[in-house]
Amino acid sequence: MAKVIVYFAHPGHNYSHVNRYMAQAARKIDDISFVDLYADYPRFDINVDVEQQRLRNHDVILFQFPLFWYSTPSLLKEWQDIVLEHGFAYGAGGDKLAGKTMMLAVTAAGPEEAYTSGGYQHHPLRDFLRPLEQTARLCDMRFSTPYALYAALKAPTTGEVEPHVDGYRRLLEAIRDDRYDWKAADSAEVLGYASLPIRKES
Amino acid sequence: MDGFLLLAFLFLIAGVVAVPLASRFGLGSVLGYLIAGIAISPILDWLHVDVVSIQHFAEFGVVMMLFLVGLELQPRMLWNMRNKLLGLGGLQVGITAGLVMAIAMALGQPWTIALAIGLVFSLSSTAIVLQTLNEKGLMKSGGGQSSFSVLLFQDIAVIPMLAFVPLLALPELQDLAAASHGAADEGHASMSLVDRVSGWQRALLTVGAIAAVVVGGSYLTRPIFRFIAVARLRELFTATALLLVIGIALLMVVVGLSPALGTFLAGVVLANSEYRHELESNIDPFKGLLLGVFFITVGAAIEFDLLFNNLGEILGLTVGLIVLKAAVLYVLSRIFRIEGADRWLFSLGLAQAGEFGFVLLSFTVASSVIPQGLAEHLMLVVALSMLLTPALFIIYEKWIARRFVSVQDKQADYIDETGQVIIAGHGRFGGIVNRILLAAGFKTVVLDYQSEQLESLRAFGIKVFFGDAMRPDLLHAAGIDEASMLVVAIDDKEGATELVRYVSSNYPHVYIVARAVDRHHVYELYSAGCRDIIRDTFDSSVRAGRSALEALGVHPYDAERQVRGFVLTDQEQMLSLASSYDPDVPVHENEEYVRRTREYLDRYAEVMKGNSAMFATRLDRGWMPPTLEDVEAESAQNSEED
Repeated sequence: MAKVIVYFAHPGHNYSHVNRYMAQAARKIDDISFVDLYADYPRFDINVDVEQQRLRNHDVILFQFPLFWYSTPSLLKEWQDIVLEHGFAYGAGGDKLAGKTMMLAVTAAGPEEAYTSGGYQHHPLRDFLRPLEQTARLCDMRFSTPYALYAALKAPTTGEVEPHVDGYRRLLEAIRDDRYDWKAADSAEVLGYASLPIRKES
Repeated sequence: MDGFLLLAFLFLIAGVVAVPLASRFGLGSVLGYLIAGIAISPILDWLHVDVVSIQHFAEFGVVMMLFLVGLELQPRMLWNMRNKLLGLGGLQVGITAGLVMAIAMALGQPWTIALAIGLVFSLSSTAIVLQTLNEKGLMKSGGGQSSFSVLLFQDIAVIPMLAFVPLLALPELQDLAAASHGAADEGHASMSLVDRVSGWQRALLTVGAIAAVVVGGSYLTRPIFRFIAVARLRELFTATALLLVIGIALLMVVVGLSPALGTFLAGVVLANSEYRHELESNIDPFKGLLLGVFFITVGAAIEFDLLFNNLGEILGLTVGLIVLKAAVLYVLSRIFRIEGADRWLFSLGLAQAGEFGFVLLSFTVASSVIPQGLAEHLMLVVALSMLLTPALFIIYEKWIARRFVSVQDKQADYIDETGQVIIAGHGRFGGIVNRILLAAGFKTVVLDYQSEQLESLRAFGIKVFFGDAMRPDLLHAAGIDEASMLVVAIDDKEGATELVRYVSSNYPHVYIVARAVDRHHVYELYSAGCRDIIRDTFDSSVRAGRSALEALGVHPYDAERQVRGFVLTDQEQMLSLASSYDPDVPVHENEEYVRRTREYLDRYAEVMKGNSAMFATRLDRGWMPPTLEDVEAESAQNSEED
């Protein structure tokens, strides 16, 4: 069994269309850790020691957030700034995260066609997540293909909320039970609920 | 005097022994009192005690109970209940009275007597049912609410019944009564003004009395209680509350109305008042004791000779009555869509005859409607049906409620009931807490005992109740049993600690947020069981410190982090010292406490000497860049790998 921790970051969770239901689903899954970052640190005073211990205790670190201005919500950025310390996460003696896996579960407001070189976002979604990908690499972690939902604002009208939330639950359970095919996942740029490489048996 | 002491002793010991025993066997307090009454009735007989007159006295407990019922009922709630009240209650009384009358006539009674019996038996026992529902926590259920509507209608219906019964008088009985007038009279008839006045004057008096209760309740209680509050004596409040209830009852008797109706009305008028909880907690013990005495007298008044000589007849009538009433209630509950377990609670709970039945019966005898002998039989039926009520509740609990448990669990999920928050103290501290909670949509009950302030708050539409939160009975009246949180914001330091200790040990489900006056008070509150303690000047001092740092030229973000570090360090230190604090050991003799304090003092000395950063290592760490040595070591490592 892999030890999974989900870091959920959404300052406006009450107005969320998709993330709140994903968080609700994740919270209910047994034997994984779930952290609502904005609930733990409503005043932004992140406890570095506590967070570093959490990272030590888990194998798969999954960040769940909506894409805000092509990046993470600000508290998650603050978390990266102060928790991923020199000597802990990178640099001399900074090998505490080596061999672990970082994964993202993101929602994007724009439709999939917007995230192409011809679309109005001009770049594929994966490009906007490069900073996190490189962060993982610098910490000697595996960066696994993100689980994403496009057009999240319209999801309640297109009926995509339920399958996406259900896919999220299946994904987390598969990772926990070692049924997630990390290798197969690597071949995709971005994964949706229909394309999750989940095996029946571990 | 000796006789009184003996009697009081008898009643009290019977109650004190029988009620806990009955509760232990799950029978409820009412049956306990009834059994106590049966147990002491031979002694009372032997002492030639006039049980009936004690019963009349104890009936005042019913009056008090209706006052308390009124206090719980805001006028708007009463208005919302109007359909159930008139529909359910009216039909129940009408149909039951009609059926009983038909049966009585079939058994050979003349229609006047049959109708009187119908009226007597249509009533249920407010005292037993309300007491039992409250004890079992069923008052808020659908069945409880419907039962309450019917009982309320019955209690109000008693008044026109009392007016109507004399019209049924039989001439031959009247002649008999003329010879021995007053013997079985209610006693208060002699005080009544209305005997001597004409019809329109009587109507005027009635309207005037009701107006006096409504207007007086609305406009006079506040100044009276303010006047009383100046003396700051608890017993004065009790005296005033009693005065209020007794005064209204007296007024009602004088104009020939039901005292129960009058006090109920007064209760409704005062339901929105800030003195509501104060009144409730003062009257409640009297009500409980008087009702206890009332039930004991019901038990003691059972005439076993008469019962055993006519056992078959009386038992048959009682069971028949209960079955008939339950059947009527069951049909009504179907019509009014009372579902599941509630339907059975409603049908079985109200199937007995009630204490107003006694009142009405003695009144019918006095008014020459029912002959004495028949009335005695009927009294037995009423008493026996009341005696059987706890058994009906036991049947409900053991057999019926259990079968519906799963259904109720399901429903509970949908009711998102936020527990109440009780705020003790509405000064500068509690007031802000209250405003924040209200703005977020939480329900609060605020208690304060500074009368002047309360009134100014009322002017702004802020609901505050008068009362000393340190009194357990008042806390109870304010709903501590159902509350989910208590905010302690009173000025009195020791009082606050006591309150925390009392609530945390008696109501462990209640989350407590307490205001501490100083550091030492924090330790006291911590050892009293509170884990969410806010020092009242701490946050403002911290902000003042931050302002000072900023004005001295410290970069605002650095100042913010300095101050945050200070808060974190201080909280950690406070928690550590609080957990080693023992209120029974002076601090200088508490080794653990001394050791920890010294540790912190040493750390502080290091800081002063410049050997260590102030606080805030936790917050500064993330922003410290790697040192030059770190960078060199890293590039060395990287070149090795290459």
